[in-house]
Amino acid sequence: MYKILLKQDLAPQIHLFRMAAPAVAQKARAGQFVVVRIDEKGERIPLTIADWDEKEGTVTIVFMEVGATTARLALLKEGDAIADFVGPLGVPAEIDNFGTVVCVAGGVGAAPVAPIARELKKAGNKVTSILGARSQELLFWEDVLESTSDQMIVTTDDGSYGRKGVVTEPLKELLESGEKIDRVIAIGPVVMMKFCALTTLPFGVKTIVSLNPIMVDGTGMCGCCRVSVDGETKFACVDGPDFDGHKVDWDLTAARQRIYLGEEKCAYEEWQKSHSS
Amino acid sequence: MAKLNLNRVAMPRQAPKKRAKNFNEVALGYSLEQAQEEASRCIQCPKRNCVEGCPVGVDIPDFIKAIREGDMPEAVRVLKSKNALPGICGRVCPQESQCEATCSLAKKEAPIAIGRLERFVADWERANMGATKKSPKSPKPTGKKVAVVGSGPAGLTAAADLAKMGHSVTIFEALHVAGGVLMYGIPEFRLPKEIVQAEVDYVASLGVKIELDSVVGKLATLDEILAGGYDAVFLGTGAGLPMFLGYPSENLNGIYSANEFLTRVNLMKAYLFPDYDTPVKVGKQVAVIGGGNVAMDSARCALRLGADKVYIVYRRSEVELPARREEVENAMEEGIEFRYLTNPKQFLGNDQKWVVGMECHQMELGEPDESGRRRPLVKEGSEFVIDVDEVIVALGTRPNPLIASTTEGLETTKWGTVVADEATGKTVKDKVWAGGDIVTGSATVISAMGAGKVAAADIDKFFGG
Repeated sequence: MYKILLKQDLAPQIHLFRMAAPAVAQKARAGQFVVVRIDEKGERIPLTIADWDEKEGTVTIVFMEVGATTARLALLKEGDAIADFVGPLGVPAEIDNFGTVVCVAGGVGAAPVAPIARELKKAGNKVTSILGARSQELLFWEDVLESTSDQMIVTTDDGSYGRKGVVTEPLKELLESGEKIDRVIAIGPVVMMKFCALTTLPFGVKTIVSLNPIMVDGTGMCGCCRVSVDGETKFACVDGPDFDGHKVDWDLTAARQRIYLGEEKCAYEEWQKSHSS
Repeated sequence: MAKLNLNRVAMPRQAPKKRAKNFNEVALGYSLEQAQEEASRCIQCPKRNCVEGCPVGVDIPDFIKAIREGDMPEAVRVLKSKNALPGICGRVCPQESQCEATCSLAKKEAPIAIGRLERFVADWERANMGATKKSPKSPKPTGKKVAVVGSGPAGLTAAADLAKMGHSVTIFEALHVAGGVLMYGIPEFRLPKEIVQAEVDYVASLGVKIELDSVVGKLATLDEILAGGYDAVFLGTGAGLPMFLGYPSENLNGIYSANEFLTRVNLMKAYLFPDYDTPVKVGKQVAVIGGGNVAMDSARCALRLGADKVYIVYRRSEVELPARREEVENAMEEGIEFRYLTNPKQFLGNDQKWVVGMECHQMELGEPDESGRRRPLVKEGSEFVIDVDEVIVALGTRPNPLIASTTEGLETTKWGTVVADEATGKTVKDKVWAGGDIVTGSATVISAMGAGKVAAADIDKFFGG
């Protein structure tokens, strides 16, 4: 069992757990993920590592309530424990001194971007962060990102905070400004990553995205998370989760996320029924 | 000399129509009377060829004699002294090509039903003695520490044998339960998970520690485990990487690897969704590609989940099917349709990227290839379409590269298998042994167990035992 040492509500339906997981904390790197299972009847879901502390033996995850499993997870409190917390899985993000990098975080993507931005800054890069959300109440970790960025841009779709609009607009302006940008990291919903990649493509700036497809084991055993990159089938769990955004088959990625829409809805409704009674 | 009795006692089974709609075990097991009747057919021949045919060398005539004499505790003792997992082996070993093939009565086409008797003894113990209640007496500790990576049949067997020799054993398992393919691969109706759990508990009762959720190579690497005070490592991580056809259309929604489909159904209990959280798609028309045991398991699971029509699509003909005959017959009885000499050319999808059909070639058999089976050849211009809304690809598996790729000095083949001495399980790396599917590529539960046994004996010898 893995104990929840700290719980924070970062935004409505977005929560942070700091977990006691000393072995995972020893090995965790930016860009890796864990597979979580709540209890005997639970499913295995992948969640990106948002932070870790080797000395304290803790690993931090951030998740949004989108279905039955994440809603059940959100009900847990500090001191509660979950059955399984497996990791660190996947290939760590590539960290090097690239020069100038732009880190784009969409919604809950702020959590996985934060440690990557931090490590890129440590490696000597000039880091510009773009953080976007639908509205102000869904924004979190502006301060965390700001502390490791040379420049910080915040957008909201509805203009309730920061600049009104979506993250691709300031991204495009940065690319057009003439400043040499050596790399873009974009993490968030599939559609946001896709449009970030489309935005950078004409400028020829390498753009790394972190895919979060449906997984079961997370160790290369099932192939549920297969994605097509440059025409080749890859398993996001062991070959990724980071891929070259210009080479990802986005339509396929989006389609494969919808495999269980019906079942997910059914499970969520069942859960809401049983939970309200 | 008494007259030979050539009437094998039939295994009671659930009726095909009934069992095709539930996940309960198909074979129901012998009663004591049936077991004793079958045991009494054994002529206790002095040659004991059956023992030779058993990869783990069970003293088969002795446990059969004990059954006949009604001394069940003795039957248990004889069986378990060589085999830590008899309830599993009695159910899934291909006895027809091992102990029963070498039985003296096999010549008369009526070998003793050794597998059924083995299963009976294991089930009798679980029902009457409790598999773990009486812990076996502890051997004298040797002070040697062994790490076993993977808790499938090879790892469990190696761990049990090493613990019995007095070594301190820790198993590292990547999944959240121990048992490997016995848990995620083989379905409940062929191998109830309660039985696997009971036999895993037995191994633990020997003093073996089992660390779950431990992905070696991602947490500690093999070299770090060795540096951390282990005197030897046994690698039994199996062949867990699914093979696909490599067609671009293979990533359509509704196309599963057998590994994923079976893991969802067996390990995650998707057949109990939504009571259990993991879903699985249930097609109306399901095609399973392949002809091995995993293909049969996948097809029969799909049927039980409610598919209207399930096809086994196999590129050779019936005689070449690699699956156990018994499982092929079970599948046929349940209504699985076999499409022989058929090979997919591509998958057809709709605008939502869901699979809606499979374009196939008709095949014909040519000259035998290196496997000794006749090579399937495409009949040009024979394309036709099978309407399907779910496809399960069961074309075999390869070892997961994770450990080999994170370990210095392990030798691997072009198929990703780890090179180990067949007679000892020793790899070229100091203090590291390997056995089971990671060495042979996908094979059987019992051959993996045999390899675990061989390696355990060699590790003990290395320690000076």
